[in-house]
Amino acid sequence: MRGESKEEKAKEKELERQTYSLPVGPQHPMYIEAENLNVYLDGETIVDVDVNVGYLHRGIEELMQRRNYLQNIFVAERICGICSGIHSMTYCQCVENLLGIDIPERAKYIRTLVLELERLHSHFLFLGVVGYEIGMDTVFMYVWKDREHVMDMLEQVSGNRVNYAMPTMGGVRRDIPNHIIPSMLEKLNHLEKRTEYYRKLFLRDRTIIARSRGVGILPKKDVERLSIVGPVARASGVRIDVRMDFPYLKYGDLDWKVIVEKGEDSQARVMVKVLEIFQSISILRQCLKKLPSLDREIKTKVPLAIPKTEAIAIMEAPRGELVYYAMSNGTDRPERMRIRTPSFVNIIYSLPIMLKEQQLADLPIIVASIDPCFSCTDRMTLIDTKSGERKTVDETYLKRLGERRSR
Amino acid sequence: MFRRIGDKIVCYARRKSPWILHFDTGGCNGCAIETFAVLTPRYDIERFGGLSKANPRHSDILIISGAVTKKIESRLRRVYEQTPEPKAVIAVGSCAISKGVFHDAYNISGPLDRIMPVDVYVPGCPPKPEAILQGLLKALDVWRERYKI
Ligand code: SF4
Repeated sequence: MRGESKEEKAKEKELERQTYSLPVGPQHPMYIEAENLNVYLDGETIVDVDVNVGYLHRGIEELMQRRNYLQNIFVAERICGICSGIHSMTYCQCVENLLGIDIPERAKYIRTLVLELERLHSHFLFLGVVGYEIGMDTVFMYVWKDREHVMDMLEQVSGNRVNYAMPTMGGVRRDIPNHIIPSMLEKLNHLEKRTEYYRKLFLRDRTIIARSRGVGILPKKDVERLSIVGPVARASGVRIDVRMDFPYLKYGDLDWKVIVEKGEDSQARVMVKVLEIFQSISILRQCLKKLPSLDREIKTKVPLAIPKTEAIAIMEAPRGELVYYAMSNGTDRPERMRIRTPSFVNIIYSLPIMLKEQQLADLPIIVASIDPCFSCTDRMTLIDTKSGERKTVDETYLKRLGERRSR
Repeated sequence: MFRRIGDKIVCYARRKSPWILHFDTGGCNGCAIETFAVLTPRYDIERFGGLSKANPRHSDILIISGAVTKKIESRLRRVYEQTPEPKAVIAVGSCAISKGVFHDAYNISGPLDRIMPVDVYVPGCPPKPEAILQGLLKALDVWRERYKI
């Protein structure tokens, strides 16, 4: 009897060695929003994952119902710092739909331009994060250095780096003067050259391929079943892009194409974004070329109180389809605001499918590859299904694990 | 006598390599990406010996952005308690300083200085990376005064 228990003890010890006992180290600057994943493990293999969001819930929809339409532009802008432009513009579009008005041609071009600049900076940010997560800090530094050129352009155009405050109801707040156009074109040329380099890098580098090809598969049928949107869906071979499907602003008149990849894995998701950068640069060039020939009017007058009605606006954010719904009640405050953001769908539904049967060391790259708009993943709880033990690890540990795998 | 010299050396070294932990507590994460830009080549915090850390137990300076939501408040307290002394706290952005646009939202329990002592405030929505860098250097000065480093 005693011998057996000794054996059992040894077994338990063995198991204990397999589980992870690490210091609780919550935050990480990589993911910007706090969020908690419960990862169930069998040894090193992921069995299941629980996503626990809500750390950043601020009650924005309720807040918007207490502010007037003009104040709400700035609240909408502050939903997300990375997608700030698209949020405020979709909101403005929604209010314009409530009123049934159209905005001047020049304002449309300026809005398109700012949106594409934002897509550029968001995609560059993403590429840097991917480099960082597979343990290649050089890639991260390179990409973020180039991202600064995009930030410079945004600052030239709007005066701000993150919350641009460009749109307003009925138009835009600032004009783009002609004299900054040549310098912007120059920067775009530089960015195009750099992106070509990244395209080769992410397509050919042996380490990157080993870490991302075939990792985190998201089958096409699941994408369709769970209505996953944006670049994540496009990387699984689903042709879905609001800019093409329901053209808004100037996208219908410009020359560009939707990028679709068939890979279904992390590498495909990265490639979609790299190729979209080229498309964005081309759209930007077309906008800049058109701007000087347009009428200088950038704003139409709008009334502050809106009669009772309802409206919806859909746009393509850098991460997928963004929907705003508004209901007015005759005053200057909305009766109801509803926002559906792309990341929510992508994170909640796709993570459990992609992470199943994967290695723990691949978790950061898989999570990063859907470009989650939760940053600062606070920490994860690992549950070993054999011993039922709960251990908590931090991102540093995961990153170290990932780095070891890259070598 | 010897102890004092030893202390001095430790303090000198500590001032030359502040390890920072960044924690976003529920703003729009605009401040977070700007804080992150501070690590990258154009602003390059490593000029001052700074290094970004994920673990509060390894870090000296906390950079906190965002209005504090109710769900994250206890976590934030724990991060603060886990950071070893001497430490400094920097509140980045109007959200952390005064709750900013979210001042009357129902799920916010900030501002930050009701929850923990704050040494340096960096205003802006979001502040530019240069401003965050300056805040960091200010924090080093505050640190030196408080702990006689
Ligand atoms: S201060 Fe402004 S930019 Fe910073 S987190 Fe708050 S809303 Fe976002």
